[in-house]
Amino acid sequence: MRIAATLRMALRALRRNKMRSMLTALGIIIGVGAVIAMVGIGNGAKSQVEAQIASLGQNVVLVFAGNWSSGGVRSGWGGAGTMTVDDALAISREVPGVINVSPEVRDRQQIQANGLNWNTQILGEGPDYLDIREWPLQDGAMFTDQDVRGTTKVCIVGKTIVTQLFPNEGPVGKSLRIRDIPFKVLGVLSPKGLSVMGSDQDDVVIIPYTSEMKRVSKRTNLSSISVQSSSPEFSDIVQRGISDLLRQRHRLGANRDDDFTIRGQQEIADAATATTRIMTVLLGAIASVSLIVGGIGIMNIMLVSVTERTREIGIRMAVGAHGRDILLQFLIEAITLSSLGGVIGIVLGVGSAKLLSAIAGWPTLVSVTSVVLAFLFSAAVGVFFGFYPARKASNLDPIDALRYE
Amino acid sequence: MTAVIKLENVHKTYHTGDVEVLAVRGVTLEIAPGEFVAIMGASGSGKSTMMNIIGCLDRPTEGAYFLDGVDVSHLDRDELAAIRNKKLGFVFQGFNLLSRTSALENVELPMLYTHDRLSSAVQREHAIHALQIVGLADRADHYPNQLSGGQQQRVAIARGLVNHPAVLLADEPTGNLDTHTSVEVMGVFQKLNEAGITIVMVTHELDIAAFTKRNVIMRDGLVVNDTLVERRSFAEEALRRLDQAHQAVKLSA
Repeated sequence: MRIAATLRMALRALRRNKMRSMLTALGIIIGVGAVIAMVGIGNGAKSQVEAQIASLGQNVVLVFAGNWSSGGVRSGWGGAGTMTVDDALAISREVPGVINVSPEVRDRQQIQANGLNWNTQILGEGPDYLDIREWPLQDGAMFTDQDVRGTTKVCIVGKTIVTQLFPNEGPVGKSLRIRDIPFKVLGVLSPKGLSVMGSDQDDVVIIPYTSEMKRVSKRTNLSSISVQSSSPEFSDIVQRGISDLLRQRHRLGANRDDDFTIRGQQEIADAATATTRIMTVLLGAIASVSLIVGGIGIMNIMLVSVTERTREIGIRMAVGAHGRDILLQFLIEAITLSSLGGVIGIVLGVGSAKLLSAIAGWPTLVSVTSVVLAFLFSAAVGVFFGFYPARKASNLDPIDALRYE
Repeated sequence: MTAVIKLENVHKTYHTGDVEVLAVRGVTLEIAPGEFVAIMGASGSGKSTMMNIIGCLDRPTEGAYFLDGVDVSHLDRDELAAIRNKKLGFVFQGFNLLSRTSALENVELPMLYTHDRLSSAVQREHAIHALQIVGLADRADHYPNQLSGGQQQRVAIARGLVNHPAVLLADEPTGNLDTHTSVEVMGVFQKLNEAGITIVMVTHELDIAAFTKRNVIMRDGLVVNDTLVERRSFAEEALRRLDQAHQAVKLSA
């Protein structure tokens, strides 16, 4: 029997009971709609986190100063105080695959300008820092190697600093005071927004690391080193190279732990997206349950339909329908019902995801894959839950079926 | 001429629980092409079981059944379905048309399940031709609930004819119809038979059986009487008489 004729028959049978068909499909509609919307929300959250990760820069490896322990007392991160500028220079010189290195010292200070003051993060960095972070300047220029060598009192500022201290004028060329030392503003960073952890990345003043160490915090060790490898494939080699080099430079014997921590960008990304991935899976799983419940609804109605149409089945068999013709007819009916629900559900799911974006401001991302998967799954639900009733119909005895009242 | 239906010592035994029901207990019967046979008997005589076996809806437990020269007593479900589709046409007591499906589509139904399928245009042509034979071509688009009982039964006959079967089987075809319509339907059968179609009919009404050419009477699963009809009724004449009687009732009223 031809598929087209069977399909026409299925559609007619479904049209005959419009209300019932709609209610049955509703289970699938809600299921598919929920899956699409939920996964859309999960993916939206994930893509937001990924964008934040990307704001770290490209192929970045971060080396943090580690902790020390002595007689059972352990310092916190950065407490080891063993990471030096020379370490950073050595990494740049000796580790293959490294293209940029920026020694980093971090500090918080009260700063003043225009009679206003503000507590902010002071970053002592090398001139390559903005290249590593892929962080363009909105205005002005970055300080240079000369400024680093000369411990010059220059800085570049983030957008938040401009808002807080220079509300009425362009800050480039003006000066601000860090611990009462005037620093000339060379440039303004383009806004970067929130970090993965939710802190304001634009609330920052960047000065040469040498100036930071000698003039501001008067320290001799680094907080961390930002390293950029030439490509993602090099990330592992670079991480291993840095580890070997630092262990050697810090004279750590085989039985001693690292006094530093290396984090590749991928690890940070993995850690940050793990939560959202779990959320996506969880939301998807809950929504799938409703899809299965919808499938059971289809099975129920198909069983009723087979009973109601026993006589019809008998007539069809009497005039020569094989068991498989009847099986196909009812299976196609179930699949039509579930796919129809799937299509409406997709429209509804995409619509509600868009609506959530618009109203609640949640980022949602409905991928083509999730739409195709949801549709195929809804069709599969039709096959799975339609098979038993269809088989029951095809196994009827024509004599009994014809006599059925 | 070889028989189109040939039953050899056919038995059918049903097992309902522990009880064995001997529905048919050794029937030997031959029906030649062009015959018009009524199988008669009281309920429980085994005539319905006989009809199911002849109609390839059921298989004999013992004995052989040759339909159009082919032994069909040992075929499986699907093979029997194919035989029903190709060689048999069915007319039932309750018409058994698909509701909310037009007369034309009802007649097309057997062609849906034919092995070598025709194009839908040819199917349509065949269906309309079959409807013309029973005089309902102008009602092709009507649904069963828009047709009278007699018209529904004629659609069913058209459905039975559409695949050019070797035998047309009718199970109590007039059981749900009034006298006048019954005679009309018998008229259709007589016309078809005159055109050469073999018809086997089950009925318990003697006056209906009188429209056929041969009566086979069954009792307790056996054929007890097999005679040619001597005083055959003809539908046209019977209708005229009925109309006259009707007229007479009207006049006297």
